[in-house]
Amino acid sequence: MLTKASPRKIYTLPTIIAVVSGVGLIFALLGDGIWDAVSWLAVGLPLGIAALVWWRSTPRRQNMR
Amino acid sequence: MTNSASRKWAWVHKWSSLVSTIFLLMLCVTGLPLIFHHEIDDLLHETAHPSQAVPGARPANLDSILEEVHHRYPGKVVQFVSWDQDEPGVLYLSINDSVAADPLTNKFARFDANTGAFLDEPEFSGRFTTIMYRLHTDMYAGLPGKLFLGLMGLFFVAAIVSGIVIYGPFMRKLSFGEIRQNRARPVRWLDWHNFLGIVVVAWTLVVGATGILNTWADLVIKVWQYTQLTEMLGAGKDKPVPTKLASLENAVKLAREKLPDMEPQTVAFPGTVFAGPAHYVIFFRGSTPLTSRLLKPVVIDGETGAFTDMRDLPWFVTTLLVSKPLHFGDYGGMTLKIIWALLDLVTIVILITGLYLWIARRRAPTDQVSEHALPPVERSPA
Repeated sequence: MLTKASPRKIYTLPTIIAVVSGVGLIFALLGDGIWDAVSWLAVGLPLGIAALVWWRSTPRRQNMR
Repeated sequence: MTNSASRKWAWVHKWSSLVSTIFLLMLCVTGLPLIFHHEIDDLLHETAHPSQAVPGARPANLDSILEEVHHRYPGKVVQFVSWDQDEPGVLYLSINDSVAADPLTNKFARFDANTGAFLDEPEFSGRFTTIMYRLHTDMYAGLPGKLFLGLMGLFFVAAIVSGIVIYGPFMRKLSFGEIRQNRARPVRWLDWHNFLGIVVVAWTLVVGATGILNTWADLVIKVWQYTQLTEMLGAGKDKPVPTKLASLENAVKLAREKLPDMEPQTVAFPGTVFAGPAHYVIFFRGSTPLTSRLLKPVVIDGETGAFTDMRDLPWFVTTLLVSKPLHFGDYGGMTLKIIWALLDLVTIVILITGLYLWIARRRAPTDQVSEHALPPVERSPA
């Protein structure tokens, strides 16, 4: 996930995440059951990535001090 | 992107954020409990629940419920009857001194839709959720308050768009999700601000834009009244309010026959803001998460009970109705509500780190903060 950025690639991952979570917002509107579940995964994706970044960054900071 | 273009976008980001941050913080904080307003109300307030519906039983006659209302509230009139979408089997009756009175001053009585029994008289004013709601929608300042918050929403969207543009220059030497943990706090917080801001950008844009649309709801409804509703009423738009109303039970029955696949959601009584002076307007809804938000008005003559007209709502009302769930997050069960709350908390972190970065940079304009925190374009001489 955390690839080294080149100027052209800076927006690639953010765009994919934005499209997935944005489309996910519409999914739960279209139906119940499976539609809801797909929507939870897609809309929750940014939270999962944020949690991962948080988890990766915390122990490193403790080791530095 | 040229250096001067980048500086201009940075300027837009700084000022649109500074103007709106304090109001956005308020909106995020008051919006958080509103995601769970149903659960909070249930917890804080005693509410009567309807009896279990007997399968196949006919719902209570609406006319006898109205009779009960007139008996219970002598001299008062009913403005609206609504079928509660969150608690099936409950009818909400909005009661006031006259049909023309401001609906904001309505009192409410709840009835069991199956037995016709009176349930209770919920008092919404003074509730915790009502206070949060008023702060969130108009800050107790009516339409000017709403439009002001809509303007703050526009600044918020400008801050998000400019933030997306300057994310690129900031990230030239960093990879996605990289937090420089061994650096000073302003650098770490800048990395968190940029990362969180870009990762939740779809949600903040959607909730921001739909929030702005909601601030225009009163105006949208006014336009609908002057255009489609007036057309549907035809010659009936100038008739006086009938002294004796046609049977509501028969009016709803007639409208149901016209729309067998839909369910009635609200009846606006003749003379009220959503109806004609002499006509009932009965709003029907579909049954999926999306179509349950899309209403279809049926106009019934309030004097004769005759069918008058029925149409789909125009695009600008439909847009408003679809924007509501996308703002509230109430269309995908409790899981979606919790995701909504977490994304709201992330937005609060973005707002606070952004504010902190502005303060830190002002305090130390030439030290390492700006030296390490800004992209090369920001440091180059003007």
